[in-house]
Amino acid sequence: MHETNTEVTTAMKFKTIMRHLREGFKNIARNGWMTVASVGAVTTTLILVGAFLALMLNLNQMADNIEEDVEISTLIDLTLNEEEITELGNEIEQINGVQTVVFSSKDDELANLIESMGDEGRSWELFEQDNPLNHVYVVKTADPEDTIDVANQISDLEGVQEVSYGKGVVERLFTFTEYARNIGLALIIGLVFTAIFLISNTIKITIMARSREIGIMKLVGATNGFIRWPFIIEGLMLGILGSIIPIGVILTGYYYLANNVSERISYSFVEILPFNPFAWQLSLIILGIGAFIGIWGSVMSVRKFLKV
Amino acid sequence: MAKDVILGKYCVHKLRTKIINGLEHSQVEVNQKSKGDYMILMNDVYKTYANGVTALNGISIDIKQGEFVYIVGPSGAGKSTFIKLIYREVKPTKGSILINDINIGDIKEKRIPLLRRDIGVIFQDFKLLPKLTVYENIAFALEVIEESPRKIRTRVMDVLDLVGLKNKARFIPDELSGGEQQRVSIARAIVNNPKIVIADEPTGNLDPDTSWGIMKTFEEINARGTTILMATHSKEIVNTIKKRVIAIEDGLIARDEHRGDYGYEI
Ligand SMILES: Nc1ncnc2c1ncn2[C@@H]1O[C@H](COP(=O)(O)OP(=O)(O)O)[C@@H](O)[C@H]1O
Ligand SMILES: [Mg+2]
Repeated sequence: MHETNTEVTTAMKFKTIMRHLREGFKNIARNGWMTVASVGAVTTTLILVGAFLALMLNLNQMADNIEEDVEISTLIDLTLNEEEITELGNEIEQINGVQTVVFSSKDDELANLIESMGDEGRSWELFEQDNPLNHVYVVKTADPEDTIDVANQISDLEGVQEVSYGKGVVERLFTFTEYARNIGLALIIGLVFTAIFLISNTIKITIMARSREIGIMKLVGATNGFIRWPFIIEGLMLGILGSIIPIGVILTGYYYLANNVSERISYSFVEILPFNPFAWQLSLIILGIGAFIGIWGSVMSVRKFLKV
Repeated sequence: MAKDVILGKYCVHKLRTKIINGLEHSQVEVNQKSKGDYMILMNDVYKTYANGVTALNGISIDIKQGEFVYIVGPSGAGKSTFIKLIYREVKPTKGSILINDINIGDIKEKRIPLLRRDIGVIFQDFKLLPKLTVYENIAFALEVIEESPRKIRTRVMDVLDLVGLKNKARFIPDELSGGEQQRVSIARAIVNNPKIVIADEPTGNLDPDTSWGIMKTFEEINARGTTILMATHSKEIVNTIKKRVIAIEDGLIARDEHRGDYGYEI
């Protein structure tokens, strides 16, 4: 009875860990179709989670880029002479919040345009003789949030034909991002819970199938932790197994995307996050979520059905 | 409490209970030492199940180390409940149960496994794992409490020898007779050298001849100093192998006799 006075040691022996792993794997093998179903649920969930995260993180990044790049193009009235143009530049510089004012002649503007259009831009070369564009002041604000205010003040100035800035694009991107995030989150929460539920059901079946063994373990004095571990490991393994295919899909899919698509859509702001390290980080996140789903599912069942 | 039936034994027991009771409230030191002489000491124990059935109605009992006790009584009297209280399968509704001076009524859940390592339990239906061999079934009890492989090997071989199954170590339960299966379950119960062995109708599923063999094994275990409690319906066994008899009726101790009789007609 002397033993009763000492607490159960919490340090786990190596042999015990191996035993729990072995039992956990045995459970997985024994459960056949339930294993397949729950791994399948985790796989589906994680593929969607991965795609969603890849989209969201890229959209966020783009939104950040655009926000940083916001410039106000001030089209200068064609009738202004050189002196008046300089004066306008000074006036713009006086406005609160303006950081830089850069003059870009109509020839520069045309050159930029031709360059940005690539091959199609060649047709614009015809205009080199008779340039229809305006001279432009490119204005940057110190704080992107001042853009609208500054743009309004500039447009009130004498000799300004028009001001334009990328605000519309930014706003649309933000709205889209928000929609995507809400729909995606709802979808993913639903899927994650389905996967957790399926795993916990699988674990429940294992617990039922091993009830006799569990009963004997309790009878001969196995600790609760000892009895629980194989089931937690089973859940964890199901989660990890379920993340293998999604990680493969993410890595190959993103590799393809990063190498092909990003070259085609080459607007300055549409720049997707580089494969390395982004795809690897994403894979780690997927693995983490898979493990979380597995552990959570098994803990739910262990608490409900193991009664130890 | 049961009627004033029995011999002086019962009165002595009552008196003792009173002393113990007193001890808990005052600081009398006189009998502190004798408290430790008891393996199992129940004081006014009640058990009412969740469905409202009261299985035990105020039981007080003391059992010394090394005793061999039969628990008898009609079906539904509370014998199994009495046994389950000892290995803390059920919790008393009221009263104290001291096992080697530890009140198991209010030990922490975490301590229950440790309590059970000192108690071997045997059932009518053996409760063996069908896919494991005899050897593995017994070793299982030590593996799950993380004993060292070397100790497991020697202990399992020892108890296999004791129950006479050394030559069937590699058999699975289905390849054994009922009596042999019960021996395996006895071997599993004693493999960790428990202080107490409790058996709930261990011969309930066995024919008389086989039962005698099982009883011989119990006597051998008892001879090594292990306390044995055995609930049984076997009149022949109780009346032939004379031991202390505790009769439970309607959740009360109806009789407690040294070298008693079975006392019922079936
Ligand atoms: N788990 C339980 N829940 C509710 N009632 C129970 C439970 N176990 C036993 N009982 C009741 O308690 C009484 C005593 O049962 P038990 O201790 O098994 O008696 P015995 O072993 O002497 O036949 C019976 O009336 C029985 O129906
Ligand atoms: Mg019974």
